[in-house]
Amino acid sequence: MAGHLSYEDSKKAVWKGLGLLAAVTLAEVFLSLMKAAEWAEDIQWVFVLASLLIIILSVYKAYFIIYEFMHMGYEVKGLAMSVLLPMFLLVWALIAFFSEGSYWKDNRAEIEDRNQLEATPGVGAVITDEDFVVG
Amino acid sequence: MAEHTDTLVAEDHDHDHAHGYEAGWEGGKEKPFGAGYGKLMMWYFLLSDAFTFAGFLIAYGTLRFSSPSWPVPDTVFSTAPIGIHDMPLIFVTFMSFLLIISSGTMVRAVQEGARENKRGVVFWMLLTVLGGAGFLGCQAWEWNNLINVEHMTVTTNPFGTYTENGVYLDPETGERTDELVEEGETYLLHKAGASHGEGHEGEDHFEFSTTPGDYAGYTVDDDQFIHRKYITDAGETKTQAFGPTAFGALFFGITGFHGFHVFTGVIFLLIILINAGSGVYASRKNGYEMVEKIGLYWHFVDLVWVFVFLVFYLI
Repeated sequence: MAGHLSYEDSKKAVWKGLGLLAAVTLAEVFLSLMKAAEWAEDIQWVFVLASLLIIILSVYKAYFIIYEFMHMGYEVKGLAMSVLLPMFLLVWALIAFFSEGSYWKDNRAEIEDRNQLEATPGVGAVITDEDFVVG
Repeated sequence: MAEHTDTLVAEDHDHDHAHGYEAGWEGGKEKPFGAGYGKLMMWYFLLSDAFTFAGFLIAYGTLRFSSPSWPVPDTVFSTAPIGIHDMPLIFVTFMSFLLIISSGTMVRAVQEGARENKRGVVFWMLLTVLGGAGFLGCQAWEWNNLINVEHMTVTTNPFGTYTENGVYLDPETGERTDELVEEGETYLLHKAGASHGEGHEGEDHFEFSTTPGDYAGYTVDDDQFIHRKYITDAGETKTQAFGPTAFGALFFGITGFHGFHVFTGVIFLLIILINAGSGVYASRKNGYEMVEKIGLYWHFVDLVWVFVFLVFYLI
């Protein structure tokens, strides 16, 4: 925020930026409380939409902190790219690990189901007291 | 530079000069990406640190996805100091604001540094340190409340979540009550005979036994946790279970790792604050670049909190 604005303007920009981050944070908290409210509890799409909005707002906050507060927007492009592009590797990590997580969940559910099943005895599988009678 | 270094590189000395190099901590005259050596390395350190945090947060997501239920943050994080209860997310929002504001004061310190204004740098860095220390104090309160009042540890998670609808059984008689059990609702297992900080002390209610055992409408386990019994809509009698163990481990692990970053940040801010005040950076005449570097680290701590706040408290 320095070097391209006058000193007075860049001071103002800091407080404006703070106000923006605070407002976005309040919006996030509001959305989060809303999706957990009584009336919204059983409506799946409210939950999904609110969560999605909260994630987008958080990514915006991250962008703002990096580009304005950390001054990345005013660095040489090569510096910005060499720091930011590697982060895209995480996109695959997110997809791979989250799908793995849901797979574990399905597995657990299946094991739970099978534990509930009544065992159907096969031939010779039933052991009674008579089996132990000798002679 | 120290003479020692010069003797070590004496052979290549002329050669280095021909290419405009000079041995030293600044990394020479060439400035890749037009940034100082220290600043560039701070950026790459932060990149590697971002991967560490991403690893932890992705592990959190994976375990959360793999669990049939997960504690609802609005229920877990609903207390604050001076006896505030049932106020979801209020305290943690206050903590977020402390960090965001300290990030803003840090930008001001860097700006004053660029103008070589020593008093300004010291003043704004002092406010930043106060913000960071305040955040740590809040986190200490939060941890203390979770560990000592609500009895959550790395291996025990008393925040369970119902996966079925039903009604509670009366603790004394074991008969059905009108108290509803709702799917997706998070409950806290209380310890028998202990205060649980929910502000219901002194009210007239049933005294649970403190001896471990199976009672009409509840059980008490060996660690004194009370598990109430309930009957599901399908007619099955169940006992309140513990929540996913991973929740406690992940919460303390990740917020602890972040808190440790805040702590080291406060220490480094203090060191640089004292150096700035005693004129170490003024004599360097490089626009207080050291303040800019610690500023990058401090903003990064705020940046990570954005995502910790997102996954633990908001979603």
